Amino acid sequence: MATAAALAADEAERARGRRAALSFATIAVVLGLPLWWRTTETYRAALPYGDIAGLGRLPFQLSVPVAVVFAPGSLPRDLLRALPFRDVQEMEIPVNVRTSVTSRYEMLYRSTTAQEEAALDAATAREADAALHPLQGTSLGSLTMYVVPETSPLLPQGINAYVGKHRSALVRAVGTLPALRSRLQQLTQVMSFTASSITAALSDRVPYGQPGPDARRNLKSSLGYEITFSLLNPDPKSHDVHWAIEDAVTRYVQPVLDKLSLVANFSVDSQILYYAVLGVTPRYDKMSSSFLLSAHSLPHVINPVEARLGSSAASLYPVLNFLLYIPERSHSPLYIQDKDGAPVSTNAFHSPRWGGIMVYNVEAPASPQTSFPLHVDVDMARVMEVFLAQLRLLFGLSREELPPEFLLESPGNEGLADWELDRLLWAHTVENIATVSTTLTSLAQLLDKIGNIVIKDDVASEVYQAVASAQSAMDKLAAGHLHSAFQASKEAATSSERAFFDPSLLHLLYFPDDQKFAIYIPLFLPMAVPILLSLAKIIRETRQKKKEPTKMD
Amino acid sequence: MLAVLLLLLAGPGRAAAGPGPDALREELLLTPLPVGDVAATFQFRTRWDADLPRGAVSHYRLFPKALGQLVAALGVRELHLALTQGFWRTQAWGQPPLQAPAGAELWVWFQPTVTDVDKAWKELSNILSGIFCASLNFIDATNTVTPTASFKPLGLANGTDHNLLRYAVLPREVVCTENLTPWKKLLPCGSKAGLAVLLKAERLFHSSYHSQAVHIRPICRDASCLAVSWELRQTLTVVFDIFSSGQGKKDWSLFKMFSRTLTDACPLASQSKVYVDISPKNKEKELLEVTPAPTSVYEATVQGDKRTYAVYDLLSPSLFNTSRSLNVQFKWKRPEESSEMPIPVLHAQRYVSGYGLQTGEISTLIYNTHPYRAFPVILLETVPWYLRLYVHTLTIITKGKENKPSYIHYQPAQDRRRPHLLEMLIQLPANSVTKIKIQFERALLKWTEYPPDPNHGFYVSSSVLSALVPSIIAMKDVDVEESPLFTSLFPFSDGSSYFVRLYTEPLLVNLPTPDFSMPYNVICLTCTVVAVCYGSFYNLLTRTFHVEEPSRGGLAKRLANIIRRFRGVPLL
Repeated sequence: MATAAALAADEAERARGRRAALSFATIAVVLGLPLWWRTTETYRAALPYGDIAGLGRLPFQLSVPVAVVFAPGSLPRDLLRALPFRDVQEMEIPVNVRTSVTSRYEMLYRSTTAQEEAALDAATAREADAALHPLQGTSLGSLTMYVVPETSPLLPQGINAYVGKHRSALVRAVGTLPALRSRLQQLTQVMSFTASSITAALSDRVPYGQPGPDARRNLKSSLGYEITFSLLNPDPKSHDVHWAIEDAVTRYVQPVLDKLSLVANFSVDSQILYYAVLGVTPRYDKMSSSFLLSAHSLPHVINPVEARLGSSAASLYPVLNFLLYIPERSHSPLYIQDKDGAPVSTNAFHSPRWGGIMVYNVEAPASPQTSFPLHVDVDMARVMEVFLAQLRLLFGLSREELPPEFLLESPGNEGLADWELDRLLWAHTVENIATVSTTLTSLAQLLDKIGNIVIKDDVASEVYQAVASAQSAMDKLAAGHLHSAFQASKEAATSSERAFFDPSLLHLLYFPDDQKFAIYIPLFLPMAVPILLSLAKIIRETRQKKKEPTKMD
Repeated sequence: MLAVLLLLLAGPGRAAAGPGPDALREELLLTPLPVGDVAATFQFRTRWDADLPRGAVSHYRLFPKALGQLVAALGVRELHLALTQGFWRTQAWGQPPLQAPAGAELWVWFQPTVTDVDKAWKELSNILSGIFCASLNFIDATNTVTPTASFKPLGLANGTDHNLLRYAVLPREVVCTENLTPWKKLLPCGSKAGLAVLLKAERLFHSSYHSQAVHIRPICRDASCLAVSWELRQTLTVVFDIFSSGQGKKDWSLFKMFSRTLTDACPLASQSKVYVDISPKNKEKELLEVTPAPTSVYEATVQGDKRTYAVYDLLSPSLFNTSRSLNVQFKWKRPEESSEMPIPVLHAQRYVSGYGLQTGEISTLIYNTHPYRAFPVILLETVPWYLRLYVHTLTIITKGKENKPSYIHYQPAQDRRRPHLLEMLIQLPANSVTKIKIQFERALLKWTEYPPDPNHGFYVSSSVLSALVPSIIAMKDVDVEESPLFTSLFPFSDGSSYFVRLYTEPLLVNLPTPDFSMPYNVICLTCTVVAVCYGSFYNLLTRTFHVEEPSRGGLAKRLANIIRRFRGVPLL
């Protein structure tokens, strides 16, 4: 009896001990762990990961509104419907396995108005273009094609299309609608974007080596650019060089930049560097008694010069360098050879995404008694012609890939036709959105990989802003509003960069895990061991209890 | 009247001969110091006759683009940056042509159009740190002050609102080759031609004192001062210890010092000259000779002293006729016993005293050795916030009597926000020593605020003395464009006194330094205590208690059992 009572008391005591151990474990798990988790957590505002992933697929749809205007007598024979009518053509541009860009050409076919007819009566295509300009809408990205009769005197013999200075073109009528359509489509691509210009803009996503070297030549899209003209005079003892750079900039460069001011901010400066030599010693050629720089040595030319160029102190925009190199007297005349060994006619070369270099030879004095230094006045027209061509090339505005039956009007003093500006805007908008998506995707990946990165609310709001702007830019591209799409893409790019480079992201990054454990272990280990041990004991006992009744039976 | 006539004559003539809107002058001044040291001061002055452009387009010729853009973009009116290694010993070496405190010193006047001066200052120091590869980015509110009287603009200025001024010194900064290379890159000729050929890093840093500086300021374009020109002065002062490196001889040459000789002038320079100080000491006959023969001899009153200089004009064609290179050699005719330099009129000393790690005292001694003239001096002290100054203990004693400063500006420090700033205008009687003492308490820093190697101590930057020192000899007003560069950095006041700015020694103060493993030790100890308490508490609560028959004779029984086990008998 006494032993039974003692056993019962013992059992009650055991149960109490078990309950105490269990309540310790419960408090530790329910209260302690969340408290510890809460107080040591890195703050992370919620981010739109789904939208970022959606942006990463780049579902681009580019719409180009095109008005096709038929002059009297130019209607194709097989046109069945009555004017005006609408027509949409779609085209797929594959970029990589996952991404492809859809381009839509929204054609509006109509006949000329009386004013347009009068304008098309001009004697030459140029005059017609000038007369037609005030009749068109000024919306960026929208094109107008005037179809003129096959026998029209406006277009010279053998020319089937004439692209003007603005956003319009004259097309010679062809017999059938499909033929006209293909000609129109070709022309539209020239004036807006081609598959190659889009893949060049998305060159970061294209598998390497596929698009060829030209695709990586264009400058990356940026909010601003700095253009630096540098005159390199390695031999100031022999040459006292003067260049009228101020005048040349206002006369040749500024009109182009004014036109481009829609795309980005530009700042121009110039400097003269003395004793700046190229990194390569040119080879002497006895035949022509001149010095030669071969094409394969050109990559080594830039590096030593670049150390002297200096970076801009006042801004973070990419710099475009244009160098005018006056060779030393002992190395002149100096000519650049191309890959085949023939001298380059401009004596200049460009470096992708960096700038251009032109070698300017100074004529040797006729009489041997001339006193040094020789006064040299640089012919700025010749130099600026080369530099402007290089500038166009670096912006991806080359006029090479054109069929011969297309005639392009020279842009004149402005250096840039309106449709060329559109071309740039299309490419830059696409590139901006792609950059935003890359930036945000890599931010998301970083957050996934590194747990210590803090995301504050303002950073998160920048991310939301970037996503929203990028989406609205895409919507506007699909609707054909190029200008607002470009503005939105710029905003998206700014916000995403600001979010990605926010210094608050790094605050806890240098807090290594081993130090954390060193601080936690002295507390957590002595607390956890008894709890775990008694839990293990309880489990063991309950198991035994389950076994015991079977033994009793 | 005569001056006006001369100006009228000189004005158009110079304009016609002027090489263009900007001009470069280069100059090297070699001064033998007592005890066999030689000071070499290079000055390169680029003058640009244009207002710095503010628009999107800017064109640079001789003026470096990096600095020009910086000045234009941030609205800088005047910029003075000096990077110095070593300390100019005024007592032994005499008045320096240009002294700078050890470490990095930056002071900038901004344009009145700058709205947020602190932001511009921060940005400026960051950009300069990039340009000169120096740690100027450590300049922040805790070491920046706005002096009210000590640093007046050196160039053209209308209105001196001192809120546009910022001044900071980083005494810990170490100056080396990586700072010299970008400095040389700013020179139009680089180090390829002209005097800069001598600037070889391995020789320049093998010296007792090295100080390189950049001064940008607006100046008058001409005497009528209707237009502004910008002036960039790059100066470099180096002191070689010739006596110990030259086998006990005090003779020196350019080649011995720089391991280079001069071969030509910078082709872009409109003036390129080497000055050698050959002033006769102690009114004796000339004891020294310089070879080759100088192109001319120049006499001037510099810092209240009559000096004679041998001048080598590198642009004169006769200089390189006989030999292709110029190696200025300097020989003493007979071994001179002692060439005691006259002690400079104004010099100062500073030290920290006291014992223990709680309080201390900063003492500054200012000497006026002028035999009969008293003059005022402005003293600027910047002390970091972690030395808490007790201003009531400030005592200024001259000749045993208290000296009341006629102007005091004191801005107390705020912890982790700004340093102490103390500016005083003190009258120094003739032939006197003034002792300034102030006590301080050392603060305890947070453990993350200590720099690496905290036991090295904490630097307190040099205090700055600015004074118009009366001259014994009357001086003539000089034309800046005509006179040598070493005389023309500080604006000229009048004939009877000259401006001197001196820096005292930087101080090294020990702060109470904790054991840096302490936080971890504390964590470990606390955790152990918590764990022990918790463990016994846990034990107490979860252990099951049951009544046990008291066993009698526990120990005896156990012992008996052990013995029984050995014997093999059944246990009890």
